[in-house]
Amino acid sequence: MSVDQLENQNPDVYTKLDERPSTLEEEDDSVVDEFDSREIFDLIRHINDPEHPLTLEQLHVVQEDLIDIDNGNGTVDVHFTPTIPHCSMATLIGLSIRVKLLRCLPARFKVRVEVTPGTHNAELQVNKQLADKERVAAALENSHLIKVINQCISFRARA
Amino acid sequence: MGSLNLLQTLKKDNGRVWNLSWHPNGEVLASCGEEKSIRIWAKDLTGKWLNKIVLTDGHKRTVRQVVWSACGNYLASASFDATTCIWDKKGGDFECNATLEGHENEVKSLAWSKSGQLLATCSRDKSVWIWEVTDEEEYDCAAVLNAHSQDVKKVVFHPTKDLLASASYDNTIKLFRDDPSEGDWICCGTLTGHNSTVWSISFDKTGSRLASCGDDQTIKIWKEYPPGNQEGIPTEDGDSAWKCVCTLTGHHARTIYDISWCHMTGLIATACGDDAVRIFKEDDDGDPNSPGFSLICTVDRAHTQDVNCVTWNPVIPGLLASCSDDGEIKLWSFKELGQ
Repeated sequence: MSVDQLENQNPDVYTKLDERPSTLEEEDDSVVDEFDSREIFDLIRHINDPEHPLTLEQLHVVQEDLIDIDNGNGTVDVHFTPTIPHCSMATLIGLSIRVKLLRCLPARFKVRVEVTPGTHNAELQVNKQLADKERVAAALENSHLIKVINQCISFRARA
Repeated sequence: MGSLNLLQTLKKDNGRVWNLSWHPNGEVLASCGEEKSIRIWAKDLTGKWLNKIVLTDGHKRTVRQVVWSACGNYLASASFDATTCIWDKKGGDFECNATLEGHENEVKSLAWSKSGQLLATCSRDKSVWIWEVTDEEEYDCAAVLNAHSQDVKKVVFHPTKDLLASASYDNTIKLFRDDPSEGDWICCGTLTGHNSTVWSISFDKTGSRLASCGDDQTIKIWKEYPPGNQEGIPTEDGDSAWKCVCTLTGHHARTIYDISWCHMTGLIATACGDDAVRIFKEDDDGDPNSPGFSLICTVDRAHTQDVNCVTWNPVIPGLLASCSDDGEIKLWSFKELGQ
């Protein structure tokens, strides 16, 4: 995509978090290690923005404190924040987050991906589409769309 | 109250199972899903259900729904590959003898009329198609209905009449019938009340009531008021009016994906995204204009993931089949306690 096509030409860029240090307790197999929001964040922070050569973390599209996880009930709720309220990529970004989590998390988790309230013009439509598992399933069988999603999800090493 | 007892779990490790259909004789079950094929299950001599046949060469993508015709000779399947296949056994084995094309994208549901003369299909392309079966067993498109403004999730025919109901992502249910004066199918009713996608609908035995369920986590019961009804509900153009006479809330914790109204026992079963299967029973001596329904059985964790479909056996009272994202099909026997 060339620069003159960008919807948001100068997005704010934020610094990335350091890698999480692993603790001795985590290396002890006898300790039950439940999922926490940082682990969910680590799964999705490296997703590439469809427009910019930046990650969702660098654009603050995903943030650790907008992730809720309930191990007992098996639910993961992720809110994401489009960089501009009319972002036409919002559904694609949400779908990328959903697909990444579907592939990485155990099937017992029910994942909900929604736009952070008040941050997108078509918030309800985007949320409804992302919540419709039949549409998501059909999208994943669409070879063009899955290629685009895979490009967003694939981990690219950066300087 | 009642209890659902698990009779058997059927599993083939082939991903999400979307839908099930009982053969009208009650002795055969068809299943379909992510694996792109259709499986046919029947009992062996010891009474265990087994996978007898796998139909693989019909569809290129997920098979979303299967349904037997009322005569039991035909099985129709709807797929994300935008086609509908009609399978029969005329040549001895099950074969796909007709492929219906026309929808622009995913076909999500399909239904046979009671007479077997009509087949309805619906799609993400927002349209509902009516196909007429000719004497030569060809399928002619009789109507393309563009009444819905979004994906159409489900179509169901009335149990006796050529009246079709459709449920949509646009939050409405619509009714369609043939209009002899126009020589075309028309939309003869729009049922509004759900606050989000309507995922499934099911007529009761007489066809004078319809149950619906969906993303708003409610069940609604709609009742037909024919022209000249005693209650004085106004009707238009000689068509019945349909009114919501009951809304059941607070029972389901996530989207309700399917609902099945048993034509023998009158019980209603639901399939929910919270992994549970629930059974509802109509209260005795209720007012027909505001009936009550009570939750009489919940099986939490009926499956380990979303339950996509529930369906009552048409011959054996209390025999229920369910299927799930977890890849399993389960057969249950419902017993009402105190009976």
